[in-house]
Amino acid sequence: MRAPLSWLREYCDPGMDPAALADRLVMTGTEVERIDTVGPKSGDGFVVGKVLAREQHPDADRLSVCRVDTGEGERTIVCGAPNVDAGQTVAVVLPGATMPGGMKIRKAKLRGVASEGMILSAAELEIAEEADGIMVLDDGPPPGTPLSEVLPLGEPVLEIEVTPNRTDCFGVHGVAREVHAITGAPLAPDPWAEDASAEGEGEASDYASVRVDVPELCPRFTARVFTDIAVAPSPAWLQARLTAAGQRPINNVVDITNYVMLLTAQPLHAFDLDKVPGGELIVRTAEDGEKMTTLDDVERSFDAETVLVCDREGPSGIAGIMGGQRSEVSDATTRVLLEVACWNGTNILRTSRMLGLRSEASSRFEKQLHPDLCLRAQRIASRLLIELCGAKMVPGTIDEAAEIPEPRRLRLRASRVEGLLGMTISQDEQKVYLERLGFEASADGDDLEVVVPPDRHYDVTREVDLIEEVARVHGIDEHLPTTLPATGTEVGGLSRAQRLRRRAEDGLRDLGFDQVVGWSFTDPGEAGRLRIPDDDPRATPVLLANPLSEEQSAMRTTLLGSLLDVAARNNARGAGNLALFESARVYLQDATPADGVDPLAGHFAGDQPAPFSEPHRFAALATGSLSERSWRGGGEAADFFALKGALEALARQLGVALSFAAAEQPFLHPGRSAAISIGDTAAGWLGEVHPLVCRTWDLDAAVAFEIDAAPLLAAATVGEERYEDVTTFPAVYQDLAVVVPADVPAEAVSEAIRAGGGELLQGAEVFDLFEGEQLGENRKSLALNLEFRAPDRTLTDEEVAGLREAIKAKLDEIGGTLRE
Amino acid sequence: MLERIEEIRGEASAAIAAAGSSAELEELRVRYLGRKAELTGVLRGIAELPPEERGEVGGAANRARKELEALLEQSAERLSASELEQQLVSDRIDVTLPGAPPRPVGHPHLIARTTRLIEDTMVGLGYHVAEGPEIEHDYYNFTALNHPPGHPARMLQDTFYVQSHPDVLLRTHTSPMQVRSMEAKPPPIFVVVPGKVYRRDSDATHSPMFHQVEGLAIGEGLTLADLQGTLLAMCRALFGAERELRLRPHFFPFTEPSVEVDVSCFQCGGSGELAGGERCNLCKGQGWIEILGAGMVDPNVLGFVEGHGYDAERVQGFAFGIGVERVAMLRHGVPDLRRFFDNDVRMLEQFG
Ligand SMILES: [Zn+2]
Repeated sequence: MRAPLSWLREYCDPGMDPAALADRLVMTGTEVERIDTVGPKSGDGFVVGKVLAREQHPDADRLSVCRVDTGEGERTIVCGAPNVDAGQTVAVVLPGATMPGGMKIRKAKLRGVASEGMILSAAELEIAEEADGIMVLDDGPPPGTPLSEVLPLGEPVLEIEVTPNRTDCFGVHGVAREVHAITGAPLAPDPWAEDASAEGEGEASDYASVRVDVPELCPRFTARVFTDIAVAPSPAWLQARLTAAGQRPINNVVDITNYVMLLTAQPLHAFDLDKVPGGELIVRTAEDGEKMTTLDDVERSFDAETVLVCDREGPSGIAGIMGGQRSEVSDATTRVLLEVACWNGTNILRTSRMLGLRSEASSRFEKQLHPDLCLRAQRIASRLLIELCGAKMVPGTIDEAAEIPEPRRLRLRASRVEGLLGMTISQDEQKVYLERLGFEASADGDDLEVVVPPDRHYDVTREVDLIEEVARVHGIDEHLPTTLPATGTEVGGLSRAQRLRRRAEDGLRDLGFDQVVGWSFTDPGEAGRLRIPDDDPRATPVLLANPLSEEQSAMRTTLLGSLLDVAARNNARGAGNLALFESARVYLQDATPADGVDPLAGHFAGDQPAPFSEPHRFAALATGSLSERSWRGGGEAADFFALKGALEALARQLGVALSFAAAEQPFLHPGRSAAISIGDTAAGWLGEVHPLVCRTWDLDAAVAFEIDAAPLLAAATVGEERYEDVTTFPAVYQDLAVVVPADVPAEAVSEAIRAGGGELLQGAEVFDLFEGEQLGENRKSLALNLEFRAPDRTLTDEEVAGLREAIKAKLDEIGGTLRE
Repeated sequence: MLERIEEIRGEASAAIAAAGSSAELEELRVRYLGRKAELTGVLRGIAELPPEERGEVGGAANRARKELEALLEQSAERLSASELEQQLVSDRIDVTLPGAPPRPVGHPHLIARTTRLIEDTMVGLGYHVAEGPEIEHDYYNFTALNHPPGHPARMLQDTFYVQSHPDVLLRTHTSPMQVRSMEAKPPPIFVVVPGKVYRRDSDATHSPMFHQVEGLAIGEGLTLADLQGTLLAMCRALFGAERELRLRPHFFPFTEPSVEVDVSCFQCGGSGELAGGERCNLCKGQGWIEILGAGMVDPNVLGFVEGHGYDAERVQGFAFGIGVERVAMLRHGVPDLRRFFDNDVRMLEQFG
């Protein structure tokens, strides 16, 4: 919303400079985005001139040489406009002055003739967007009169961002009333207070009729009829005002409808009555697929919820959004039917979105205007049509109104004002603020009985809305105390899972991984690039109905894709070794039942479970090396075991035992991939990324894991450890070399040893692997370090020897023998 | 025999004294005292001597053996000291070569770190941290936040919807957890909600995915003044102890009254001018930086959880939402929001 300052001051002039006024508006809730200036920054050198004589330029067909009186004497000005002529009163800029664009005017020779200044067009003064020639002013002001006394020059315009609740501030008058409320400067009488006198012939109903078939979508439709209209360009002041407000002048009739809308926030529409067959208008919903060409020369097709204003021959305009070409006011128009209606805001919003068509009118109607506003706009427009177009108003107003809402009455309790704000505003102050804003307020004890004005009817509906009004006018910034709430017995803190998640993130970071934040979005083709088959649930992501692009149309089902994306991008930029991790959610189709609240598993607080499952995960990816290369070595390519080591180190920090079993994933090397489990719960995967997947992402090699946060953190014992006596009775350490068939996994050997060792075996770590001919075909030897300990005694050699026998027996079951 | 023993003793003593290294000494030990040595053979053969000779020969041999053992030990000490000396000389290294690099620690993402900072500040003020779904029901994102269907306020935020689920969307703010939290716990409630949010908007200043932290406080007698105090404490923790706040009335559908909150500029101290007199680029000469939106929770929102103990005549409170990217950009001078999701390690590794 652009509010030219001179227009605002016509209704309320607080005597403040524009910047101070803008500040005050901002601090009371009216967002002023900036102060724009229309026209020259300074009026110096801009004067009224009189063209005394015009002659053809001797050497240029299209130039005229004019003698112009500019007050202090006659001067020669060369002018290129076709319409310049002797006798005209014109706007002149003299040498030395600065044009709106910043150009400085100088004396110049044009095709050999010296020119002292320039005769101006409206466009050059920025009071119109375009001009066919120079601007001819009304006669009267003597030559030499400063132009700023005749035209608004250097007009400051407040650019206001109106919040959708304040429909009143979509009109200059509403802003003026706001200025009145926040500054106390007097407000002029309402511009609609006085109606025009009807001097036309007959009655409006003799010329036109209106039938509203859908009163719930059109609460009010008013129409007036004007005859003897002379369509012409609007006077300069009106054109200037519209231009400053951002509206292109068209002709006096259309300009008046725009002017009144910009003043009152109530849109209007003028029909050429002679193009409305029989003067008959019908408001109805469209047939599905019904079409019409709108004023912007586009043929549009409607659905059954679109409301149309029709005549006998079909649609004549889209209600509240845009008129049609057929009944448009033209230069030949002499009779006008002026529509001022009230529409259902929700319906207008819907239709405008459906058509992708938003207009000044629809952006106001969609926020729901009050039916009372119709007649305000009719009255102001009628006076202007008579004044500026020579119109005669036919007596009577056609007024098809459904029930007009009763004025809203609210009680404002003093106790609530103070109780909600934490500051006191006296009853007198409250009353003054509300009355300035157009409310009626009367005291009842400490409280106020308040009547809401129609243009705030849908905005101020409750006591709390009144509290906001008095608070903001009173001045929150100036008066509100700064206190802290009493939190009573509430104590803040992170949950154990939240603390553990931080620990896990910190752990990965300390292991050398950089944290990334990947897009939740991906494209539906990602599953294919990861070689995930169609029947895998991960190939069926949650899809967006209205994505910004195909690349961002699906929600990711694994963190791997975005880690690969990040790695590929960095790789392309020449990054060498990369170690990345992400701690974030994936989005899965299968809705999980809401058993308890575990946000890490995707179970959230609230009565309704989440529509989809959103488990939190940790994932890491490494390319290049995980160890630093130096003159002593290092820098080996990160492989399965390098990343497994990091994951195990992370698990140890959390106090979690992970187990691994060979298992394939479509995107991993089939021989170098494992499933991760915690107890009996499958928790994720780890492995070298499949060479074909690496190739797709343009990476030489990569190794990655992804693990669900919920089971990992649920199993964490860190922070909950119990003291164990490890000092009273010493442990016995023994090394064990086990020869097993090559295909027996180390995990199976460890399990057999643990089974044999029982409770007294505290640890069994593999520290060596040996494969050689002396072991025989397809056999390998694993060396383990065993720790035996009893909590209540020192173990004897016999006991340990017995355990060794038991371990030997268990190893035997998996084809293993001890190497003595 | 006795002469021979004396001969061996003399020869060995001289050899031991002349030995130049531990290895040589070990050789001599084997030669003179080893299992195959002559002296050892003498001792072993004593039993075969005539009884009258046994005592004398045995004594001489044992004395010789003891003497040689002592000599060997002395020489060993002498030699090991000098050998260590040599060893240390030859062990010399080039101390100017670089040290063996440990695996360098990684870096937290600035968004994660900033989120924690906000969480920790609010935890210190007595808040819990809650998380809600990112794919959310329209009900929690809009309806229960006083955006009825068809309400123009829904257009303030262009929303991503989920295919074939017309009532399911990507949350446009962290505010849906207001109602979820209140459904789960009766008042009083003090909670902050960090997380990803989504809006259908992408340009230099808008990302379709970004992060917010929501705050919600409901209890008896909580006021707008309490909101101001809470936000002041938070903004000072984020931007410095000297900061001031400015509350400007605004409109949000789910708070009433609503405010937009500015923090005094920490680059120019709120003057709008830098030391050299030029305009402050951070606050564009305003002295204030818009930082968040807040307000008193609208009674209509409480109306949706009336059955959970939230009676708008009895309890009231406030809510706020702060953009994590904005805080991070301001605190660390990051010029462009999109940098956060580019994950260029050259940027990531700037922040520890
Ligand atoms: Zn500044």
